[in-house]
Amino acid sequence: MTTGQTAVDNGVNIEALRDARSAISETPELAQFEWRSSVTWMNGTHSRSDVESFYGLNDEQVHHTSFSFDADHPLQFAAEDNGITPIEYVLVALGSCLTGGIASIASQRDIQLRSVKATLAATQDLQGILGVDPDVPNGFGGVTVNYEIDADASPADIQALVAQSQKRSAVYAILTGPTDVTVSVS
Amino acid sequence: MPTTTVVVVGAGHCGLAMSRHLTERSIDHVVLERGEVANSWLTQRWDSLRLLTPNWMTRLPGFSYGGDDPDGYLSAPEVGQLVRDYAAEFAAPVLTGTTVTALRPSEGGFVVETDSGEWRARAVVVAVGATASVPHPLAAQLPPEVVSVAAIDYRNPAQLPDGGVLVVGASASGVQIAEEVHRTGRAVTVAAGEHVRVPRRYRGCDILWWMDAAGILDERAEEMDDLVRARNLPSMQLVGADRTVDLNTLQALGVRVVGRLGGIRDGQAQFSGSLRNVCALADLKLGRLLNTIDEYAGGEGERPEPTMVPGVVLGTDLRRGEIRSVVWATGIKADYSWVDVPVFDVRGRLKHEGGVTDWPGLYVIGMPLLRRRRSTFIDGASADAADLATHLASHLNRHATESVSAS
Repeated sequence: MTTGQTAVDNGVNIEALRDARSAISETPELAQFEWRSSVTWMNGTHSRSDVESFYGLNDEQVHHTSFSFDADHPLQFAAEDNGITPIEYVLVALGSCLTGGIASIASQRDIQLRSVKATLAATQDLQGILGVDPDVPNGFGGVTVNYEIDADASPADIQALVAQSQKRSAVYAILTGPTDVTVSVS
Repeated sequence: MPTTTVVVVGAGHCGLAMSRHLTERSIDHVVLERGEVANSWLTQRWDSLRLLTPNWMTRLPGFSYGGDDPDGYLSAPEVGQLVRDYAAEFAAPVLTGTTVTALRPSEGGFVVETDSGEWRARAVVVAVGATASVPHPLAAQLPPEVVSVAAIDYRNPAQLPDGGVLVVGASASGVQIAEEVHRTGRAVTVAAGEHVRVPRRYRGCDILWWMDAAGILDERAEEMDDLVRARNLPSMQLVGADRTVDLNTLQALGVRVVGRLGGIRDGQAQFSGSLRNVCALADLKLGRLLNTIDEYAGGEGERPEPTMVPGVVLGTDLRRGEIRSVVWATGIKADYSWVDVPVFDVRGRLKHEGGVTDWPGLYVIGMPLLRRRRSTFIDGASADAADLATHLASHLNRHATESVSAS
């Protein structure tokens, strides 16, 4: 390492992250979060989800604005393609979770990022959800993520950065491990 | 009520290393031991287990290995005998068969309750080691016909029913048990979460020889970037023998490797899809260790092959009879439930800095990375006990001075 180098700036407020981590390690209740969304059927397979509030840091919280997300099926499914499919949102969630993690971890490790790009792909055999073959699972066959990263770090350090972002990623954990899901009607 | 200056709880290698230093300083003390000297070495190890560290590393204050096999690995009974001989050699004041049931602060120090009366002491050293099994939260969800065994209760493959075995955990215990059970002809599956991969030998020497020589074992706890993480790292994938056991060697034998056990639902074991990444993390960490050794030694050694990631298996039906028993090699912990002194954090973890707690006169020894990397091994007891004895002696002196000036 050269002396007199300037601190890295990936646009991550690393001080705030470290403060939050130490506050949470002293008061674990602060870490208890609930994420929420609501969804309304529009027409056909088109639905709109709204996300505004969440709970965390011992209090009700809101995003600075309400966000809306349209989901639908493509024209090839005789639908109107008013939005991406729900399963594509899962890819969006994974890619953004891992990429945000890379930026945070790079900042903690004093790695200056210049560009981070990834392509994601998921395979799916529709025979599962269509009920054609009960042995075919509904979900993804597999997911691949390929990163191209330009940063002030060795290839091994970049590999370690990507590995650590998987280790710390909520969406990665949700995809790779089981989650308890309860669906009810009221 | 008998009174002494220091009570040491636990007569394992750490408690005795402490006793040795206290003896050298002529500090009056007693070592209280629930069973016999080296109890867990004699009662809580499987039959084939050998120390992960070579014999020359089996050093204690005033003792070093003098046998004819410095590069060998002691069996658990041999470690037990060694520790007992060590206690006898300096006539350590051990009270065996004395279980400590509570530790409370009191005027001028502590009251130590045992199943055979109370002791009063000015200082206490907790040297109980990690001897308690942590029940895995998923064990309760196994179908009743599947036999469940904690690694701490595992002795040999004959204890397990015929048929397939799922070993949960791929640290030292998990890989060793998987290998030995596989050799009995059973189909073995290992569920691997995060693990620490190391080769037994590198560039012709034992990996621990390199770690010792390159100064890695002397890295101090306070210098760790993330001490909590470093202290909670799983044990190194090692066996006390002249061979490497890792996920590659297990797969070459025919052991099936799957991801971390994430859940059991309706009799289905669910394995995480993170296997590829935990293998990548382990390979990267191994690469950094070997880089450090190469920097010390100069040149570069032959690197192990990357971990082979098998075709991913995400689940198995535990009711179909393919898996008849599960061995939980998911870690052990110390039992401090009897310590009634406010030295625990919000998560119930004993807070200490290098074995010195916030409560004056209360010390702990024998935990991973207590003061340095070496603390994790028997070989660390000597330096840790010396440091803590120094601190403890000055605590006693300070306290004595205060008492004198107050009178």
